[in-house]
Amino acid sequence: MADDNKSNANAAEYWSANLRLIFGSLIVWALVSYGFAILLRPLLAGIPVGGTDLGFWFAQQGSILSFIGIIFHYAWKMNKLDEKYGLEE
Amino acid sequence: MSQFAINIMFVGASFVLYIGIAIWARAGSTKEFYVAGGGVHPVANGMATAADWMSAASFISMAGLLASGGYFSSSFLMGWTGGYVLLAMLLAPYLRKFGKFTVPDFIGDRFYSSTARTLAVVCLIIASVTYVIGQMSGAGVAFSRFLEVSNDAGIWIAALIVFLYAVFGGMKGITYTQVAQYVVLIIAYTIPAVFIAMQLTGNPIPMFGMFGTHIDSGVPLLQKLNLVVTELGFKEYTADVDNKLNMVLFTLSLMFGTAGLPHVIIRFFTVPKVADARWSAGWALIFIALLYLTAPAVASMARLNLITTVYPDAAGKEQNYEAAMNNPIAFNDRPEWMKTWEETGLIKYEDKNNDGRIQFYNDKNADFAPTAEARGWKGSELYVNNDILVLANPEIARLPGWVIGLIAAGGIAAALSTAAGLLLAISAAISHDLIKKTINPNITEKGEMLAARISMAAAILLATWLGLNPPGFAAQTVALAFGIAAASIFPVLMMGIFSLTMNSKGAIAGMVTGLVTTIVYIFTYKGWLFIPGTNTLPDTAEFWILGISPLSFGAVGAVINFAVAFAVSGVTEKPPAEIREMVESVRFPKGAGTAIDH
Repeated sequence: MADDNKSNANAAEYWSANLRLIFGSLIVWALVSYGFAILLRPLLAGIPVGGTDLGFWFAQQGSILSFIGIIFHYAWKMNKLDEKYGLEE
Repeated sequence: MSQFAINIMFVGASFVLYIGIAIWARAGSTKEFYVAGGGVHPVANGMATAADWMSAASFISMAGLLASGGYFSSSFLMGWTGGYVLLAMLLAPYLRKFGKFTVPDFIGDRFYSSTARTLAVVCLIIASVTYVIGQMSGAGVAFSRFLEVSNDAGIWIAALIVFLYAVFGGMKGITYTQVAQYVVLIIAYTIPAVFIAMQLTGNPIPMFGMFGTHIDSGVPLLQKLNLVVTELGFKEYTADVDNKLNMVLFTLSLMFGTAGLPHVIIRFFTVPKVADARWSAGWALIFIALLYLTAPAVASMARLNLITTVYPDAAGKEQNYEAAMNNPIAFNDRPEWMKTWEETGLIKYEDKNNDGRIQFYNDKNADFAPTAEARGWKGSELYVNNDILVLANPEIARLPGWVIGLIAAGGIAAALSTAAGLLLAISAAISHDLIKKTINPNITEKGEMLAARISMAAAILLATWLGLNPPGFAAQTVALAFGIAAASIFPVLMMGIFSLTMNSKGAIAGMVTGLVTTIVYIFTYKGWLFIPGTNTLPDTAEFWILGISPLSFGAVGAVINFAVAFAVSGVTEKPPAEIREMVESVRFPKGAGTAIDH
């Protein structure tokens, strides 16, 4: 029973670490797409990139490159969390 | 060797490859048929997912969509890639841990309800069937253009090939053919793009060339493009949009829809471990990005290329644009590629002012009308179908015949790989969720395999029939597929994983309201059941609620789904204790290996 409680607490801690990581990743995800590429584009209009502005670059390339970074960072972090909490396969 | 012979050779060789793989990867059990035995390497699965995902529309139409839509079309790029971030963090690893075969399987078990399971099957079938129509007609177009057969014959050939490897190979056959199809389609897409980028910007990497300098004029390519399009009455290519809310919701709908499309989700059931599902989503996005980063470059370069072909004087350095625009090429001097594509009807010329020249401009812009009149123009005389930009790219860039053969094989690969993935999702939902889990739980392994193969064959026949007799709304159906996936499947999966207390009543109420509101909103503007003329309100921005286009409503539907689900679940009973335990166990990878054999 004591073991059960311990493993439950462990799993709960693992889950909240995962939620924190997801939350942080989603902030970056939203910032590069809905932020830089759409809503904040007028603010970035002063930064020229290849004949247009930074917001346009984020809309067509920057967001996609960031998405790749976010997923690999998440996978790497989570695999470490799995091991740290002894919950890996 | 004639172009026809070259095309036959390339397409024929690719078919031999796919069928060879199918024979090698025959499915011997339901586990192999539904999830390829669960032993696909994450990189291979990433490649297969990319081919599964990138449809005939991505391959043939997306560059044209970006070229004509300019900045607003960036929504497609962000939406169809950003969904993978959601998939990687919010769905794929947990559904892999759950370890069953289909998406309705999870919904049915998690919400301990065969109503929820059946509802999920209905959503899956509507979304997948509408999606598959586009694939079949896309394959028909590619076949008829490159292999000089009729459109109908093209669809039958496509159906036969898919039948051969999907019915016998199941997910296992589909997976490895998709890997091969990815390789074919990415090579076919990239080679002409590299040559175009070299010719226009001197940079062999299209994504860099796009933000580089246009050689002929010495100014940045996008700046040059903005200049020439505005001289012709079009909006600036990079111009910002007024209605940001609509653009945000449209992008969000595409992202939720991407994460909720069952044929993509089930690909993540095929990898050996939960950790592999996470990596695999990253690999999938890398392989998708190779095409999605090239497409906007192709779009901007091809659009500039087209305009400077019609107005050769507008290409250079310092010039009088007024004079250049008054001196378009004569129809008789048009390049060879235009002549070839006129035969397909994808390019049309009509000499409205009888001067024997080609005037190509935006005749729908009222502010530009006085300029056009002063120039003696009586309407735009060139109709160019969006799909031309990719299909005619090799000819526009004067590339050798084998590149055209490659494009033919690539377009067909894109259509076949997506069609096969969709058909598997449909047949698995029927044989596993409807027959095995609902109607006849005592069916044997062998019986279920047979049922899976028969429903796959039936799904192919249905898709072929719909491809041959496309409903008038074929072009609208993608909106419906993404809307439904975003408003019904994505939220219910998320709540199933992230909420311990969500019960079956809440989930069912959420799915129904999300689905119904989205369909009603789309039909209000697009016509009931897409029948032209039956729309309740005109499909223009001033009639949309808060300026939200029907295409963007999926995200709103998702929010409604979440809200209703939590409201209903809050006032009804808690889910049983064993469901709570099940949800807790899908949240970490440990013990996943055993779950798959059931």
